[in-house]
Amino acid sequence: MSVEFSPEAKAEFDDLISRYPQRRAALLPVLHLAQREFGFISPEVEDYIAGLIQLSPTKVREVVSFYTLFRTKPRGKHLIRFCQNISCHLLGSEDLLAYLRHRLALKGDGHDQTTSDGLVTVEAVECLGACELAPVMQVDDEYVGPLTEALIDETLGWLRGVEGPASACNETLGSQHDERLEDGQTR
Amino acid sequence: MSTRVLTKNFDVENYADIGIYLRYGGYQALKKALKAMQPAEIQDEVRRSQLVGLGGAGFSTGTKWGFIPKGTDLPIYVVVNADEGEPGTFKDRYLMAKAPHQLIEGIIITAYAVGAHLAYIYIRGEYANEIRILEKALAEAREHGFSGKNILDSGFDLDLYVHPGAGAYVCGEETGLIESLEGKKGWPRIKPPYFPAAIGLLGCPTIVNNVETLSHVPHIIERGAEWFVGLSKSGMNGGTRLYGVSGKVEQPGLYELPAGTPLREIIYDHAGGVRGGKKLKAVVPGGLSAPMLTADEIDVTADFPSMMAAGTMAGSGGVIVMDEDTCMVDVLRVVTRFYHHESCGQCTPCREGTGWMARMVERLWRGEGVPGDLETLLDVARNMLGNSIGVMAKFAPHFWQPVLDATPCESSTICLLADAAAMPVVSCVVKFRDEFEQHIRDGKCGLVHGSE
Repeated sequence: MSVEFSPEAKAEFDDLISRYPQRRAALLPVLHLAQREFGFISPEVEDYIAGLIQLSPTKVREVVSFYTLFRTKPRGKHLIRFCQNISCHLLGSEDLLAYLRHRLALKGDGHDQTTSDGLVTVEAVECLGACELAPVMQVDDEYVGPLTEALIDETLGWLRGVEGPASACNETLGSQHDERLEDGQTR
Repeated sequence: MSTRVLTKNFDVENYADIGIYLRYGGYQALKKALKAMQPAEIQDEVRRSQLVGLGGAGFSTGTKWGFIPKGTDLPIYVVVNADEGEPGTFKDRYLMAKAPHQLIEGIIITAYAVGAHLAYIYIRGEYANEIRILEKALAEAREHGFSGKNILDSGFDLDLYVHPGAGAYVCGEETGLIESLEGKKGWPRIKPPYFPAAIGLLGCPTIVNNVETLSHVPHIIERGAEWFVGLSKSGMNGGTRLYGVSGKVEQPGLYELPAGTPLREIIYDHAGGVRGGKKLKAVVPGGLSAPMLTADEIDVTADFPSMMAAGTMAGSGGVIVMDEDTCMVDVLRVVTRFYHHESCGQCTPCREGTGWMARMVERLWRGEGVPGDLETLLDVARNMLGNSIGVMAKFAPHFWQPVLDATPCESSTICLLADAAAMPVVSCVVKFRDEFEQHIRDGKCGLVHGSE
């Protein structure tokens, strides 16, 4: 399988490269771009990026494997990052994560699992930086919290019910997010 | 009385748009700085304002800027640390989502003050919405001539970009962040010689400042150092601070209060007290790495020097509250798991120590602890404290001197992650030792609502 950026992605790549005094410095943003384009960073994608950045493939591999946001295998249509750090844990995230896995029929307690229909990948992650919403999960790009079993059910309902691109789903979830932000949490 | 500065306009609709920001007086400070002030004057104003690094270090910002070598012919860079990964911390996310131009204005003034013409905002990759908001705001600033060539006809040039990280706690450490920004894995650099102000990004002098720190800069320039000092309740740190309160409180959220607001007041008067009227058990006062305080220890003001004297750290301002039903063994299980996951693996005490601690606490939590485990656990932790134990013992001998005395050697690591992992362990085990011993003795948690 040959791997190549679309013309749009290539233009974005050129723009990214132009932002740095050294090509290598663009590696993280370029890998994000590649992941958006190709879904995950396969060895073929690593080689392709290494060629574009003019870096040895092992240096690219070293970076891909160091950072948690780069995926080396496919994921479901939607990605749920479920926070398991302290503020969320204090408010019951462990049980809620088990509930989510149960609802999605995910077996075991693996940290990165995808439903058999390919709809959702669940990752247990460390602090998401949204502790005021604890217990919280990030569905694609949107924060959803404070979680209850009912809110998890509701969110899964949206994910299952929404046809078309993930962005439409984000809009629905976004309203939940914004409502929380406008709650006057700052004094 | 309102002391809101950074969050004052958070409720204004579309404040993230440049038009609205300008209508509320935005970019006036930049005009003042570029037209009426010399870089050295700005540095001096910021130094006198007692603005300190609000990512967690608490070091004087103006002094840090002064570390750029005079007369260097290398390019100088400004890097904004927006990697916000310290558990319990979410303030920078709000600052970027709600007031991106306040941050951008602060960055441009800072770059002018230190002589930088290229700046990056290194933001954690999970903040996808904030990345989009910042990209839009940067484009607006460029269109309005606040960045790019010859800003406001001053002759000063600055290019400014967003750089997304990719999920690594250690990249919040400034030299790890710089490595990451160079397209490498985020292994921190040894200091000396790699103090960023001297040898930073691509070997050039670099200033790394936190989002909240830089968001204060326009206000200091506009209203002066004395005004900023006057906002504070602390004699040592100026201005206000964003305290993020989470865990078992009635109203978790972000509270902008005078620096040096008493911790008790933050928890009880602002965050509504402990959830459900329960009793307080423990508080992490400044992000997860800060040593824990017991319920009896919260009559302390939340500024950097006072927190040091109390044996802990003001850190990132993330206040995590635990109530009487919280099992401290369970808490420490989550804490040690986190540091084990995030240790970059470069230094042996950290790579091995975090794993040892995580496995031992997990075993204690499962009820499989044996007598002697706590001594072993403390011994491992003490061997990871080489960078900070001396300082902690100097400022808070009541708690840390005995720890120092029991520490066999001052082994040290390249960055502070080992210390950050060990301090919660020492404070939690020493202060809640009964609970740990009970777990070992009974093989299970003694709390009604505690862990299994």
